[in-house]
Amino acid sequence: MSKSFLEVDGLSKVYPDGQGGELTVFEDIRFALEKGEFVCIIGHSGCGKSTILNVLAGLDEASAGNVVMNGKEIKGPGLERGVVFQNYSLLPWKTTLNNIVFAVRARWPEWSKDKVKEHSERYLKMVGLDHALNRKPSQLSGGMRQRVSIARAFATQPELLLLDEPFGALDALTRGVIQDELVKIWEETRQTVFMITHDVDEAILLSDRIFLMSNGPNARIAESVKVDIPHPRARATIFQNPAYHKTRDYLVDFLVNRSGSALPEKDGTPKIVEPAQGVAQATPASADAETESDSESESDTAARAVNA
Amino acid sequence: MASLNVRAALLSVSFLILALGLWEMATQPPEAQTGLTEYEMLMGGVEQESRVPPPSAVIKLAWAELSDPFYDAGANDKGIGIQLAYSVYRVLTGYLAAMAIALPVGFLIGMSPLMYKALNPYIQVLRPISPLAWMPLALFIIQDSDASAIFVIFICSIWPMLLNTAFGVANVRQDWVNVARTHELGPLRTAITVILPAAAPTILTGMRISIGIAWLVIVAAEMLVGGTGIGYYVWNEWNNLDLASVIFSILMIGVVGMLLDLALGKAQKLVEYNE
Ligand SMILES: Nc1ncnc2c1ncn2[C@@H]1O[C@H](COP(=O)(O)OP(=O)(O)OP(=O)(O)O)[C@@H](O)[C@H]1O
Ligand SMILES: [Mg+2]
Repeated sequence: MSKSFLEVDGLSKVYPDGQGGELTVFEDIRFALEKGEFVCIIGHSGCGKSTILNVLAGLDEASAGNVVMNGKEIKGPGLERGVVFQNYSLLPWKTTLNNIVFAVRARWPEWSKDKVKEHSERYLKMVGLDHALNRKPSQLSGGMRQRVSIARAFATQPELLLLDEPFGALDALTRGVIQDELVKIWEETRQTVFMITHDVDEAILLSDRIFLMSNGPNARIAESVKVDIPHPRARATIFQNPAYHKTRDYLVDFLVNRSGSALPEKDGTPKIVEPAQGVAQATPASADAETESDSESESDTAARAVNA
Repeated sequence: MASLNVRAALLSVSFLILALGLWEMATQPPEAQTGLTEYEMLMGGVEQESRVPPPSAVIKLAWAELSDPFYDAGANDKGIGIQLAYSVYRVLTGYLAAMAIALPVGFLIGMSPLMYKALNPYIQVLRPISPLAWMPLALFIIQDSDASAIFVIFICSIWPMLLNTAFGVANVRQDWVNVARTHELGPLRTAITVILPAAAPTILTGMRISIGIAWLVIVAAEMLVGGTGIGYYVWNEWNNLDLASVIFSILMIGVVGMLLDLALGKAQKLVEYNE
């Protein structure tokens, strides 16, 4: 039965409600992730996304159900799963470089000092921070801190990366830049990523699939939405793809109108939805060409703007 | 901003001159007396030493003492440097012993709510006891005055260190502990590489409070046990009615206390971090 890379089976979380009763935050969460997939999860605040992610990370325990990765049940935290926290969670007494070194050394204790340093520097370079190696986190902007945090997670090359609203605290401009960086690193490494976000556009830009959660209490992962846009994607041009709009409309409609009542399949697995199915075929050839030339001129303008 | 420092320094010096001037004036020997009182006749005339000495006398004495601080002319006549060294030695011995217990136990209490609950009542009862109240018991059990003084230092410096360590360790941000957990650090590595640096500023605040208290207490303890040390020296000079020496040693107690605090302050700077 366990064929997928990660299998989540019947997860639920129950808290005492403070009046002697019980409060089921979410129940019977079932899904599977394949190796190399990028999956985002969206849902209204309080439905339990962070809790699910923390269970996957091994930092929290579910009240029922289990998680199996690579055929082994997850019982606690482990280096094969990397976590990027919303508040960065860098160690403030260590420099940027030493924050990465800390992680790399934990991952490969047998490596020599030089090798650890070289490896850490390479990942800091990937996020464009090779000029800030010796600064403390308090001397970095929020965006730079989150980059360090992302570099730390990627540097340990975990089999599964867990990101809890990594860009939630950033302004729109910085967020865009780091999203592009994340796309770039992911295209390079093709790691399996499970990410929480509140941003529909961010989810479409990054993911292969998007899980939609219904509202809590008793929240479920109701649907799994396929994002039918080829890689590599870019923030500047993704708007040109007709599948983008179909997908976006579908997600927004779910969040606004249906998240209160949506239910998964009878067997508890999310309903598989492909909002952009057939879009490519349905679009007339001429329109297709038009969008393509459009996108070209758009990226030309973008390039010129960058050069200017 | 430099001008602020200069102005502050000028003002400090003026205050000093003003205070010394007032002191000097207030302690001038009285004008020619009309006659001796009955008491003075009994004491054999006006005793110069029974008045508070003027600053000039204290400075003269300080100069003489500080130009040869380590002379040793018998049990009751040792240089100020030797006396201070005895006190500092006792303070540091008791303090280090307290550290050796307070840091690990503080860690344990901070990490384990069970230990905290179990040990807290004892700490709450023992902590408010004046360290000098332990002296008779210490003298009886240890049977050695020097070791008893060290024990008193030990007992008074342990509490701030213990409580601050426990508090600092218990309040390490869960995020940082989670970073250690997701990187599969064992308990010992977590304690050393994450919890210790995270709690270090709080721990050092406790250590700084402790050294201050220890220095306060050593003077009183040495007055009680006698023999050597700056506390004994002050008491001895008082018995000799050598008030210039008393005032001089009071100032030296202040200076050494300040240096100890400065050293801990420097250490505190080293482990501080900004979030
Ligand atoms: N210790 C607790 N006791 C009771 N309820 C709790 C406790 N911790 C979390 N909850 C509840 O669990 C629910 C899920 O919390 P969680 O942080 O996972 O939500 P989330 O989906 O990540 O929300 P957000 O999008 O705002 O981050 C919340 O409704 C919260 O009230
Ligand atoms: Mg959350």
